[in-house]
Amino acid sequence: MNRRRSVVTGIGVVAPGGATRDEFWATITAGRTATRRISFFDPSPFRSQVAAECDFDPVRAGLGVAERQRADRYVQFALAASIEALADSGLELTDATRERTGVVLGSAVGGTMLLEREYVQVSDSGADWLVDPNRAGPYLYQALMPSSLAADVACRHGVHGPAQVISTGCTSGIDAIGYGQQLIEDDEADVVLSGASDSPISPVTVASFDAIKATTPDNDDPAHASRPFDRDRHGFVLAEGAAVLVLEEAEHARRRGARVYCEAAGYANRSNGYHMTGLRPDGVEMALAIDDAMAQARCDPADVSYVSAHGSGTRQNDRHETAAFKRALGAAAYRVPISSIKSMVGHSLGAIGAIEMAACALAIEHGVVPPTANWANRDAECDLDYTPNTARELPVRVALSVGSGFGGFQSAMVFTRFDGRDR
Amino acid sequence: MTGEPRGAGPTTGRADDVGPVTGRAGGDGARRRAVITGIGVVAPSGIGADAHWKCVLAGQSRIGPITLFDPERYPSRLAGEVAGFDALHYADNRQVVQTDRWTHLGFAAARLALADAGLPEMADDPYGYAVTLASSSGGNLFGQRELQRLWRGPARTVGAYQSIAWFYAASVGQLSIRHQFKGPCGVLAAESAGGLDSLAHAVRMVRRGTPVVLAGGTECPLSPYALTCQMRNGLLSTCPEPALAYRPFDVAAGGYVPGEGGAVFVVEDLAHARARGVRGYAEVAGWGASHDARHTDRLAAGDPAQYARAMRLALDRAGVRPAEVDVVFPDALGVPRYDRSEAEALRAVFGTRPPPVTTQKPLVGRAHQGGSALDVATALLGIRHGVLPPTAGLDRPAPGCELDFVRESGPRRVDVALVGARGFDGFNSAVVVRRGPA
Repeated sequence: MNRRRSVVTGIGVVAPGGATRDEFWATITAGRTATRRISFFDPSPFRSQVAAECDFDPVRAGLGVAERQRADRYVQFALAASIEALADSGLELTDATRERTGVVLGSAVGGTMLLEREYVQVSDSGADWLVDPNRAGPYLYQALMPSSLAADVACRHGVHGPAQVISTGCTSGIDAIGYGQQLIEDDEADVVLSGASDSPISPVTVASFDAIKATTPDNDDPAHASRPFDRDRHGFVLAEGAAVLVLEEAEHARRRGARVYCEAAGYANRSNGYHMTGLRPDGVEMALAIDDAMAQARCDPADVSYVSAHGSGTRQNDRHETAAFKRALGAAAYRVPISSIKSMVGHSLGAIGAIEMAACALAIEHGVVPPTANWANRDAECDLDYTPNTARELPVRVALSVGSGFGGFQSAMVFTRFDGRDR
Repeated sequence: MTGEPRGAGPTTGRADDVGPVTGRAGGDGARRRAVITGIGVVAPSGIGADAHWKCVLAGQSRIGPITLFDPERYPSRLAGEVAGFDALHYADNRQVVQTDRWTHLGFAAARLALADAGLPEMADDPYGYAVTLASSSGGNLFGQRELQRLWRGPARTVGAYQSIAWFYAASVGQLSIRHQFKGPCGVLAAESAGGLDSLAHAVRMVRRGTPVVLAGGTECPLSPYALTCQMRNGLLSTCPEPALAYRPFDVAAGGYVPGEGGAVFVVEDLAHARARGVRGYAEVAGWGASHDARHTDRLAAGDPAQYARAMRLALDRAGVRPAEVDVVFPDALGVPRYDRSEAEALRAVFGTRPPPVTTQKPLVGRAHQGGSALDVATALLGIRHGVLPPTAGLDRPAPGCELDFVRESGPRRVDVALVGARGFDGFNSAVVVRRGPA
């Protein structure tokens, strides 16, 4: 039996600077930044006071009354992205396809926002250890369980295939799409709604990253606060958002004449076994993940047209990642355009990996590579081509994206233009 | 970020050691089989598989009043706790300080599983070892302490470890570092069904070329705030009597009692196990998952058709006919409408004569993903010892729940066990474990 291949036939995005796929693509290809001073609460007590927030209207996104009531913000994002992705794919769900359609979504921190809001209420602003259950809202259990994300999306679309949430911190998005691709490869599903969502812009998350100085303290100029690969980068900018892809078995897509963005051709992950937050400067495990993903996609380093970097903008990440690219791609690392869209839409933890895969699929579709915004000064340890500030038009046949996160997780995924031929 | 490591500068050029290519399950991968060669139980029933097995055979309930905090003001005051658990016995002080109790239980379960499998604590081939655990509710006790610190004081700060202790990937990250398991790791969340899904995913990893994978999961949903959250699911028992509070399939069923702990397994490539002379407990022969596409609410009972489909997928994948199944470990939620729908699903799969059914969840409480993993441990021990433990909490089956419950422990030929689990808001999973090839 031939290997079952996965193609992307639909894309949905909710991102800062644009609550739809088209708005997202317009934002990042224009090099516009969507980072701003936090508006959800008064950020003045915190070290880092900037974030990339979504201007999200659940009604415009097509969510019903019940969904708006029960679903926490990150679940609403995923519902909206899944509605857009399915519509984009033109896939009509029938009784037969519903049983073969799965939902695999990533999230790093799940219902943190609702959990914290309700905590403040039931604990009387932290006064009580033994919190008051009578003051709890009706959907608090859904907030406790991150699995609600996949459940709500499965319920919305009436699909009965395997449902799963993947929560590997900041690599959740890539890992969820990879898990979806494996389900298709192993004949456990024909279609998987796959992606990730996070809405972590809440005091506890901001305080957590403050405590380890992972987020930027550059509060004076929020629009330029996220500076991946720049000499003067000082940490990442927290963000929210979601992306959902319709992953479909290639033959299934061909039979219904679906428009295909690209193939999800390779996915791999490794762990550094080193430190929960620290990275070994040599980037070995990320390089191994890249090697493995490229081998699956039968690509050589010279084939790679675009690298979507993790590019969080912390001192150590960008250095680590640059070393990994050199290790995995060799001389090609110096030629290939690399960029981090986190410079524009921030770092939405588990969600961003899926948003970046959406960007890769759109880069292949449109032949445009989005830039790294806010890039001004070269860093001696980050000496590759980061596509500074301006998008580039070029044919993209192979897009490589990577993620790196707390716990030591390193993931890589390869999307390739799909021509229907055997590889 | 803090704690940046010192060391050699960036290396250029292609990696010399590209490691295994993990991508393909086709070809040889599809023929790879996975056996469970190590069990690590840390549960109210005991620490270690032997203690657990003795407890379930004797049918001893470990449900009691919550001691991790004062439960007086809560309508549900009972839980299954891991008594006498000393985290420092299984991890060093630094590891204990920066993690939640849920991860402490995971440290212990992983060590026990590795020892049981006869594998070293530190991976000799780091990229050939991975950790794919299920996770449900994160680091609740740690998280609530930090939330209190954040909101009670004027300073709006949390400690340095909040960012790595509470999130759902904390246990897997810590175990990967501690044991140097650097292969493809994963963290799965499907509420109570996740423990089974993690075994399925471990086999996917074995088939893709990673010979040793830790799977399963632990859980500790016992902080005041986590209990408050659980009370909102409408499924908790409020019965104050430990022996009567959690009674799945019984006429007196009235909800479940929460529990902590779980089980971690060594899932190993059969060829890898054979090469080191280990037979293991059983093969992870089949798995299946489905979703109801319906929320859990006052009217929902779980969809028996979808649950049955998950079980059939598991049986088909294992190449096992329903008549060949020797025992079923059910989800056993203890909520009458869910118990009835589970019995209906079993009848849909097995016809009028379902195999013996037994559950020990009432002895230990429901520990979400840890609970379904613990049921797998019990199934493996049943296969190993040729004995089935009795059904706990059952006196008179409720109408619609008449199944062939195991009433007394006794010797039986047990070759094939099916474990079922459902997760809140519609998850269904099933795993088939089968006596390993000789």
